[in-house]
Amino acid sequence: AMAKLLLLCLKFIVLCSTVESVFEDQVGKFDWRQQYVGKVRFAHFDTHVQSSKKVLLATEKNVFASLNTRTGELFWRHVDMTGPEGNIDALLLHGQDAVVVVGNGRQLRSWDINVGGLNWEMVLDSGSFQASCLVGQQDVVKHVAVLKKTALSLHYLSNGHQKWIENLPESEAVDYQAVYSGGNGEVYALGVVPHSHIAIVAYSLEDGEIIKQVILIHSTPWLSDIQGSCAVIGRGMLTCVDSPAVSLYTLDLHGQSEMTQIPLQSLGLEVALGFQPVLVSTQPNPARPPLSEFFLQLGPEHHLLLQLNNDQIVTLRDFKPVRNCSTTSLSCKIFYILACSLNLFSAETGRRLLDTTLIFNMDPFGGKPETLYVQAFLKKDDSVGYRVMVQTEDHTLTFIQQPGRVMWTREEALSDVVTMEMVDLPLTGTQAELEGEFGKKADGLFSMLLKRLSSQLILLQAWIAHLWKMFYDARKPRSQVKNDVTIENLSRDEFNLQKMMVMVTASGKLFGIDSKTGSILWKHYLENIPSNAAFKLMVQRTTAHFPHPPQCTLLIKDKDTGLASLHVFNPIFGKKSHVNPPALPQPILQSLMLPVMDQDYAKVLLLVDDQYKVSAFPSTKNVLQQLQEIASSIFFYLVDSSQGRLSGYRLRTDLSTELIWEIVLPTEVQKILSVKGKRPNEHVHSQGRVMGDRSVLYKYLNPNLLAVVTESTDLHQERSFVGMLLIDGVTGRIIHEAVQRKTKGPVHVVHSENWVVYEYWSTKSRRNEFSVIELYEGMELYNSTVFSSLDRPHAPQVLQQSYIFPSSISTMEATLTEKGITSRHLLIGLPSGGILSLPKMFLDPRRPEIVSEQSREENLIPYAPELLIRTEWFINYNQTVSRVRGIHTAPSGLESTCLVVAYGLDIYQTRVYPSKQFDVLKDDYDYMLISSVLFALFFATMISKRLAEVKLLNRAWR
Amino acid sequence: MAGPLPCKITVVSTVLFALCTTFVGCNNGRRVGDGMDTEFGGFSVPLEHSFEVDDVAQFRVRGALMLKAGREPGVSLAPSHLSEEDRAKLKEVAAVDGLYRIRVPRVLLQADRQTERQLEGYLTAFVRACAMVESHLSDVISLHTDVSGYLVGVSIVTLPGACRGTEVEDEVDLEVFNTTLSIVAPVNAPGPETAFFLERMEQESEKKGKNPQEQKSFFAKYWYLILGGAIFLMVSNSAQPPAGGGREQS
Repeated sequence: AMAKLLLLCLKFIVLCSTVESVFEDQVGKFDWRQQYVGKVRFAHFDTHVQSSKKVLLATEKNVFASLNTRTGELFWRHVDMTGPEGNIDALLLHGQDAVVVVGNGRQLRSWDINVGGLNWEMVLDSGSFQASCLVGQQDVVKHVAVLKKTALSLHYLSNGHQKWIENLPESEAVDYQAVYSGGNGEVYALGVVPHSHIAIVAYSLEDGEIIKQVILIHSTPWLSDIQGSCAVIGRGMLTCVDSPAVSLYTLDLHGQSEMTQIPLQSLGLEVALGFQPVLVSTQPNPARPPLSEFFLQLGPEHHLLLQLNNDQIVTLRDFKPVRNCSTTSLSCKIFYILACSLNLFSAETGRRLLDTTLIFNMDPFGGKPETLYVQAFLKKDDSVGYRVMVQTEDHTLTFIQQPGRVMWTREEALSDVVTMEMVDLPLTGTQAELEGEFGKKADGLFSMLLKRLSSQLILLQAWIAHLWKMFYDARKPRSQVKNDVTIENLSRDEFNLQKMMVMVTASGKLFGIDSKTGSILWKHYLENIPSNAAFKLMVQRTTAHFPHPPQCTLLIKDKDTGLASLHVFNPIFGKKSHVNPPALPQPILQSLMLPVMDQDYAKVLLLVDDQYKVSAFPSTKNVLQQLQEIASSIFFYLVDSSQGRLSGYRLRTDLSTELIWEIVLPTEVQKILSVKGKRPNEHVHSQGRVMGDRSVLYKYLNPNLLAVVTESTDLHQERSFVGMLLIDGVTGRIIHEAVQRKTKGPVHVVHSENWVVYEYWSTKSRRNEFSVIELYEGMELYNSTVFSSLDRPHAPQVLQQSYIFPSSISTMEATLTEKGITSRHLLIGLPSGGILSLPKMFLDPRRPEIVSEQSREENLIPYAPELLIRTEWFINYNQTVSRVRGIHTAPSGLESTCLVVAYGLDIYQTRVYPSKQFDVLKDDYDYMLISSVLFALFFATMISKRLAEVKLLNRAWR
Repeated sequence: MAGPLPCKITVVSTVLFALCTTFVGCNNGRRVGDGMDTEFGGFSVPLEHSFEVDDVAQFRVRGALMLKAGREPGVSLAPSHLSEEDRAKLKEVAAVDGLYRIRVPRVLLQADRQTERQLEGYLTAFVRACAMVESHLSDVISLHTDVSGYLVGVSIVTLPGACRGTEVEDEVDLEVFNTTLSIVAPVNAPGPETAFFLERMEQESEKKGKNPQEQKSFFAKYWYLILGGAIFLMVSNSAQPPAGGGREQS
């Protein structure tokens, strides 16, 4: 009985603690997460088990992961630190251990590839990393060698312990770049003095003793880089290629001390003009010497398969035009890629193997193939089969099987989303028809009647089709009824909860993703995007203007030169628009979207160039005329953070500009970190707050207000500060200026309604703090009908309060709803991967320190200096979002619901309900009960009415 | 937000940072502001204004701002007049909805560090000329400084601020500026109020400690739980005997 009681108590506790947050059956219903790894730097197929389906990836995002080659899903993933500390320098695979060198040779780690667990980790001596290799002897690989700038060390593969470390001779002069071992008990460090000579040091595997040291004085005046120009081939023959002399040089590591020159002309070969030839050798087993066959690339599309045979070089095959060659370990076969087809060749003979052609269709909106990773295997009939993983320029990984079937693709560009927008889906044909009817101008009674009848007919038709589909689907088993979202059947749902997510990635690839399922509906790779490009995505025309297609414009700007280009596209289908964007010969300083529309309902985009001239897009006559009319009321601002200058301009009727205000923050005191305006699609429902005494405190709702965040140039702990300037963007009037002493950045800011929330690091108390500023006009409004920056002479009341926050944050955004009735929450991305939904109520400068009757009346929470993180506030429960960089919020058709997308390394989409679902009936709403009660009441009234009538009649008779 | 704006004022929310613009300013060659030091601890800088029908700025001196540097900086402006000609021009500018601009040179409001470095350029601000006229030249000018006393911005508003199109008949109204001047330094933003909160917590706990009602015994606090547990135990015990008894019999 006691045990029962205990169990009951336990159950009770467990139930109580899981009451809030998502219900188990709601997991994954309204949210989804996609995990990415980034652009691949190293990839190795797991070969130690024949039927293995793993591929190990080390990426430029400092992620080490294992993928399932059948499905492309992640088995496991390890996300290291960002920046150079977590940079993966090398990945070596041996059996079921993967050895990884991390952080410029700072750490050496071994992972178990089956489960992704850490075998061991060693911290290495400092020194910049050069190269590493596995070292074997007598067919057994037991060690890994790590070459650094000044030392060579050898570690056991089993536990990571250092076997020996030896300093490299003359390491100040010689640049050691490669390490090589051929399985004969020696480890070679290969170094070069650029444009002078080669130095080779051979160490004994057993004790690190220098066996031999070869320095070839004045031998290689042409050589500067060993990695690309040289390779060890066959039984220890160092081969280098010299492009000016058009020759190959060979040197026997074991014997000779003289290089042999072999002119390429003697082989009948020529180097493409201006191309640096590349030598590639293959060492399938680290305990054995490399193959005597090797590749020589002589041009961008010209490869050669050569063989070193008794000091003689023989051409086995000339591959031309061939873009990419690689070797695979299994019985040493070679692949090559020719435009869009792959072939398998024997390395020994250079002959093509039968039935090994693989054709793949490149995505017309994708990039060109960059790297191939080939997995070869023996089929049952002992012939060789293979699969290939192709990485293209747009960071897409495609896994292809013979004869060309795409098994999966991974869009790794999505690991680096820069900006995004959520666009409403178009209406269905019938809805559009109805809309169109109301949109058109009336032309006669009869034609209107006809139109009405025809649209009613179309509706009826659609309804019958819907009924038929329902009837048809009902007969099928439930599992077969699929609701696949394709680009054809996209249409807006009842509450506009499903939207198109248009995502722009750093690689220049654009994606259209269905927000409900997360499936990629379209993708478009933009070529020739500069690597340091800044992107700005704008929606010029929404889907509301049928039959005009929606239109998005992407401004791509080179950060160094300021030169920009425009890409105009349809956000629903991803197609490039027929509208030709203007060429922009001048660097662009600023772009602004006006609420003015042209006759085709496209909003006007203004671009300001470095001559302070303004150009409009679209620039039709209609637009120019409208611009002339309203020019004197178009103001914009420019920020030059390098000089600390903020300046305001006004548009003139001839589309030139005039400077009207100027603020200069001296750069020797403070620098501008960011300037934040308000979101243009934000609605504020209530103009004021009702106080405890029933009076109203009016909000200062200036749509032109800018929050300028600055940080002191002097970063000394005592003198550093974070500044917050609130500036009117039209008049340049400084509304408020505050400094937070003894604090420093990074500062995260959210600016909305009449408040600014920002987060900073307090150097004095060594903690993260939040501060909130709220602006109020006071007890009466100056002008309640309209707001004009030019006519608001009184400065607003400013209230501010600060709080301690127990965690650092990665990014911050506020929720956004259709009409702004729902209370606001702050969505905070934490470095731990959680996304916190913090009610704005807790960040309210009117929170009283001493509770009074009035503050209780107003529902103000008493002030507490610390903001707590409650676990039920995490909107992504256990769906960790790695390295959150941005959160995008968008309103849905339901006032209570706000759509949220968090992006970083992963992408997570969900819905939040800041004021609970006040406009939605619950899932378990009892329709039966309410309808039966209704019917019962109805009948009760009927019966009682009848009874009353009878009674009245009886009384009348009496 | 609060209804449609009167004139669709648009402010751009994007900031393109990494641009290094070579600034084309309205510095028309004259360098003023230095060498005008008058008395000990204070100095003066010219306040200039410009109102032109074609809106091409041509700044002329409106008066001298007497700045008092130090811990509590002050500012004053000698009352200045508008000439007959200027009055007519201002009304003309107001009629075409032109701008009335002012500018001050960038200075450091610390007398002892005046000579350290010369600052280039001006800080400018504007109001609509009609607002200036309709308010009978009553303006409020504030000079904003940063933490180290550099002048970073200037702002001007008129009281009242609206342009209602009322005619200003009397020329005398436009003769003398009625200026309110102030220097605004950044305020220190409050940090988290931990000391006060802890004090309050202590007071509350003390209050609780004094209140005898709060000091209930263990049984007094949890009697219902104990009672419930006891009843539960009794019930489960009384339910068992029949089963146990049955086993004994067999």
